[in-house]
Amino acid sequence: MAIRVQTEPHIEVHEYRLLAVPAAAFLAVLIRAFLPVYFPSADMLELPLLVTLYFGLSRRNPATGLLLGTGIGLLQDSVSPVPIGYYGIAKTLVGYAGSSIGGRLDVDHPISRFLLTFVFFHFHQGVLVLIERLLLAQPKAWFSLRLLLASLVNAAIAVVLFPLLDKLRKPS
Amino acid sequence: MRVIQTIQRPLILLVSVVLAQVLLLAVQIKRGEVRLIRRVAVWTMTQVQRPAAYLIDSAGGAWHRYIGLRNTRKENEELRNELAQMKLRVAQLEGAAAEAKRLESVLAFREGNADIPMVAARVVGAGASETSRTLYIDRGETDKIRRNMGVITPDGIVGKVLETYARTSLILLISDKDSGAGALLANSRTLGIARGTGEQTVELRNVSNDQDVAVGESVLTSGLDQIFPKDLPVGTVASVEKGNPFKVIRMKPAARLDRLEEVLVLLTRQEFPAKKEAETATAPEKKP
Repeated sequence: MAIRVQTEPHIEVHEYRLLAVPAAAFLAVLIRAFLPVYFPSADMLELPLLVTLYFGLSRRNPATGLLLGTGIGLLQDSVSPVPIGYYGIAKTLVGYAGSSIGGRLDVDHPISRFLLTFVFFHFHQGVLVLIERLLLAQPKAWFSLRLLLASLVNAAIAVVLFPLLDKLRKPS
Repeated sequence: MRVIQTIQRPLILLVSVVLAQVLLLAVQIKRGEVRLIRRVAVWTMTQVQRPAAYLIDSAGGAWHRYIGLRNTRKENEELRNELAQMKLRVAQLEGAAAEAKRLESVLAFREGNADIPMVAARVVGAGASETSRTLYIDRGETDKIRRNMGVITPDGIVGKVLETYARTSLILLISDKDSGAGALLANSRTLGIARGTGEQTVELRNVSNDQDVAVGESVLTSGLDQIFPKDLPVGTVASVEKGNPFKVIRMKPAARLDRLEEVLVLLTRQEFPAKKEAETATAPEKKP
């Protein structure tokens, strides 16, 4: 039995300026590692996740999305006090899922961006908890109020950040 | 078949990448850190972080210095105000202490001469004229003060009552040009007249040129002016010159006429007991 993929020609696949994607990814990881030093409450911000999600949703290519997620995740791992692969696995899955969904939904609307970020934040967090519990044998809570607050904050940030990242697109 | 391959390719890639990372995690758990990857990543990050941190620290430092400067300025202003208030308070306390000291000396003088009727008064103002040396005191006719009564301090004579009102009196200071008092040189008992000069000094007039007068000699009241009793300090001789026909003797008033705040108004010309006793003791010697 053959599986058919219905193509959706009305959904645009965006291209970005040279080095825009790696620069944005690098900057996101840098800020994630750097900002809490000066503003402790900034550890709530998960900019690498937002960047992974944004480019995944925009490029709409699962392979590209997952590889981008892997790259950002591993970069974040390498500058964080966690085993390499911890964020890598989570962001690989987010990149893949995001780019898969991006081809099916209107991801340019602020409300959809807010909701997608909220959902993907919890998805990302769920993967991290799974890794901790299954692979690292560390008990970690599935849910907390702080996590809910963080998801709302990141979703709100995404509504502001994504239009800024839209400016990196090549003119169509 | 081709379609299946198209849909499966990313899935296969996903599984491969995730599996690779799981293996990497397992290796790390079993063997420890993957130092090389972390070292390279951290080095790369710190190359950017270092100047960024420098910029943030500089900006933060400048901000803190600015805030600190503002706070310091505000604090400085507050401290200045506080200092000004403290200075004022100190001046008030010093004034109160000085007043207490003066009042203590006035009280002691009064207690020492309790049988002589006198009224203590506070100086409440000065005469408005530049040429006259007058003062207002807070006692008047209701306190039995009358014109030409003598006004003194424990240090010496001050002047006389020029005008009286219900609760105020005008005092003509001994240094006023129109003022005068019977006086004598303490050592030689030579009589003269103390006259004001309109300045801070007082002249002793009518002392003949052949009379020996030493600078620093005390001058006392003679009691002949019907205002002051005998032997109250008038002043000390400051300078002596020959004149025509009398010596020109300038005196420094015994009372601090420029710093009068409390005075005593003599309600009588009754002599002071100590002076009377001294005179009584010396009286037989005077008689040959």
